[in-house]
Amino acid sequence: MTGAAASAPGSRPWQRYTRGQRLARFAAWLAAVAVLVWSAGTLDIHWPFVLDAPRQAGDLLGRMLPPEWPFFAQVIGPMVETINIATLGTLLGAALSVPVALMAAQNTTLNAATLWAARVVVVASRSVNELVWALLFGVVFGPGAMAGMVAVGVSSVGFVSKLVAEGIEEVDGGQVEAIAATGASRGQVLIYAVLPQVLPTIIGVLTFRWDINIRQSSIIGLVGAGGIGITLNNEMNSFAWANVTVILIAIFAVVMASEWVSAQLRRRVT
Amino acid sequence: MSGASAQAPRRWRPAPRIANPWLRRGLWVLAVAYVAFAVADMEFDVERFISGIPRGVDMVASMFPPDFSRWRLLVDGLVESLQMAFFATGIGLVLSVPVAVAAATNVAPRWLYALARVYIGLSRTFPEVLIAIFFVKAFGFGAFAGVLTLVVASTGFIGKLLAEEIEAIDPGQVEAMRATGAGPAHVLLFGVAPQVLPRFVGLMIYRLDINLRESTILGIVGAGGIGAVLYNSFARYEYDFSMAILLAIIAVVLVAEWFSGYTRARIT
Amino acid sequence: MLTIDKLTKTYADGHQALRDCSFTVPGAQVVAVIGPSGAGKSTLIRCINRLVAPTRGHVHLGDTDLTAAGTAGLRDVRRRIGMIFQEFNLIERLTVMENVLAGRLATVSFLQAFLRRFPAGDIDRAFELLGRVGLDGYENSRADALSGGQRQRVGIARALMQEPELLLVDEPTSSLDPKVARSIMGLICELAGERRIPALINIHDVGLALGFAQRVIGLNGGRVVFDGAPEAVDEAVLTRIYGADEWRDAFRQEGGEDMLAAGGAAS
Repeated sequence: MTGAAASAPGSRPWQRYTRGQRLARFAAWLAAVAVLVWSAGTLDIHWPFVLDAPRQAGDLLGRMLPPEWPFFAQVIGPMVETINIATLGTLLGAALSVPVALMAAQNTTLNAATLWAARVVVVASRSVNELVWALLFGVVFGPGAMAGMVAVGVSSVGFVSKLVAEGIEEVDGGQVEAIAATGASRGQVLIYAVLPQVLPTIIGVLTFRWDINIRQSSIIGLVGAGGIGITLNNEMNSFAWANVTVILIAIFAVVMASEWVSAQLRRRVT
Repeated sequence: MSGASAQAPRRWRPAPRIANPWLRRGLWVLAVAYVAFAVADMEFDVERFISGIPRGVDMVASMFPPDFSRWRLLVDGLVESLQMAFFATGIGLVLSVPVAVAAATNVAPRWLYALARVYIGLSRTFPEVLIAIFFVKAFGFGAFAGVLTLVVASTGFIGKLLAEEIEAIDPGQVEAMRATGAGPAHVLLFGVAPQVLPRFVGLMIYRLDINLRESTILGIVGAGGIGAVLYNSFARYEYDFSMAILLAIIAVVLVAEWFSGYTRARIT
Repeated sequence: MLTIDKLTKTYADGHQALRDCSFTVPGAQVVAVIGPSGAGKSTLIRCINRLVAPTRGHVHLGDTDLTAAGTAGLRDVRRRIGMIFQEFNLIERLTVMENVLAGRLATVSFLQAFLRRFPAGDIDRAFELLGRVGLDGYENSRADALSGGQRQRVGIARALMQEPELLLVDEPTSSLDPKVARSIMGLICELAGERRIPALINIHDVGLALGFAQRVIGLNGGRVVFDGAPEAVDEAVLTRIYGADEWRDAFRQEGGEDMLAAGGAAS
């Protein structure tokens, strides 16, 4: 492998990578495999369960089918609530994101302190899962749609602010300079020079986030924060599996529809 | 553009985004009505909100200082989460190759293509937590349900994107390989793989990042990892321990995000 | 009257863009500022309306010391100075009318600006200016739908909308083809003349500078190395401004053949 250096003229060896590169790549692969083996080996998996898995799954599926269609009437109300939670949560998130995005962008923040404060908010909002936010706000507001909406809003802030701040940082400085040169105030520069340039980004990010929030709203009910998740939890606890199938179909349809709507909206704005 | 300048040349208003005034007003009315309905449907209870404020303050106050005294429990949970994520990413990666091939129009037969697309659609539409619930019901509590969940979600995610990559492959390169007299295996190895590989590694790392995040909460529904510890601490009102767990999760997520960004930037 | 006194700008990286620049523009006069790229032309005019903060020295517009103005004072100072840019710097996604009305931002509130509710008198003047720069009927077009020459006309209208006491013009023609460049330069000088507004025009096209300006200031290495009538610009002066051989290149690539003859005759 390494003796290739002592080659005779006329038979030049060819290798894809230099020796250092090959070593680094080899080390990376080795590390990946080692991590995989370690994970598989020490993971506390109860193997009898695994062997029994196909039978169990088949059993569950048998009880889920056929769907209990009449139950659909009881799904509509919670589903509407789910959509409301997602929509109002997105609006709340958008409102909260205005100051955060402005402070998180290098070119519109006030000083180093506000920049870092905004970054901390972004990280906290993004790193803590929606379900956890729903748990937290469940304590404050009590279980219900209100807690869900606030949780969805707060967990949207990081995502929306981060992407919008990136949009603000890419704004054409010339246009900003021109508006500043007319004697416009700081606020006027923001709405007259920055906002028109960032608007397509804002609308795109918000519709995308709304789509994500529809998905999230359908599960936050599992921790009591309103929406279809509560119904799902109830039906599962009473082992009404045929009803559960109807709920799943409803969720599937709504998520697909929201994905389509959000894609359409994004296509229209340029 | 609009003819308004003809009779009243000295008046100007910014042109509305939707030209038809009835449609514009109609949409406004609809939007306002919907938001009003949604807010009303929220059943916002002012009293409960006000009584909730001191509870919220209490909760935040009891979160500090975070309690790391039971770090053993914390580390065990976190390690299990990490293992779930790594293992599921590895398995998911291997399984996503056949899924991707089956879901690529230019490679797979029609019936297989349809089947693969249905699978991808299902696994991508349902949130991980929902899938996890079913695996927990079917296979019992624990990390196995979590791993299965992440495998299903990963194969759907990587499979779809990889399938698009295979569909967008440059046929010229494949043809060139065929022209040298290479067999199908060689064509795959030299004609297809090099074009897809960088993207594949990028997707793997991206998905690893997502799986790490998800693995920290699947425990809430009993599918293993730190989530169960977190959920229990909430249920027992041990908010200082909850805070310690949350800080640990944030740290892991940040490291994962940094690693993911760093490696992906270096690959492509 | 614009008075510039020992204006100096040293950037954070130590680059000295301006060194003790002093000159006076007494009344309505079109002044061309020429010099090689990096001579400090752009820094000079940006130090006047303080888009760039000068390191030392003073700028007076009438009785106002521009370098001493506070935050509120600075807004007023900028209101009194119109600026025209090389890349036009229009808000691309807004209409022509909104871009022209931007010139009145210093006189309206935040809310008025947000709702685009400008006083009727302003809208009247904006229509007038649009007519004057040859853009009748374009008020509702989006800025990014216009050609380069049309955009610069909007930029000119925006600057004049401020009712400025001084025009700062930064390479107005560099992004335009030669024919359009000439008509834009003509328009700026014509408008400055008829409204009696002094104008400071950065321009690297010496031909256009000599053809349109009443006075030429030459910058090199951040210093004023020439200040006089365009007729006095000869080969020796150009060599002083641009260095030994560079100026011939500058001429040729800007297509100023006709002026080369004029310059040659003067020498």
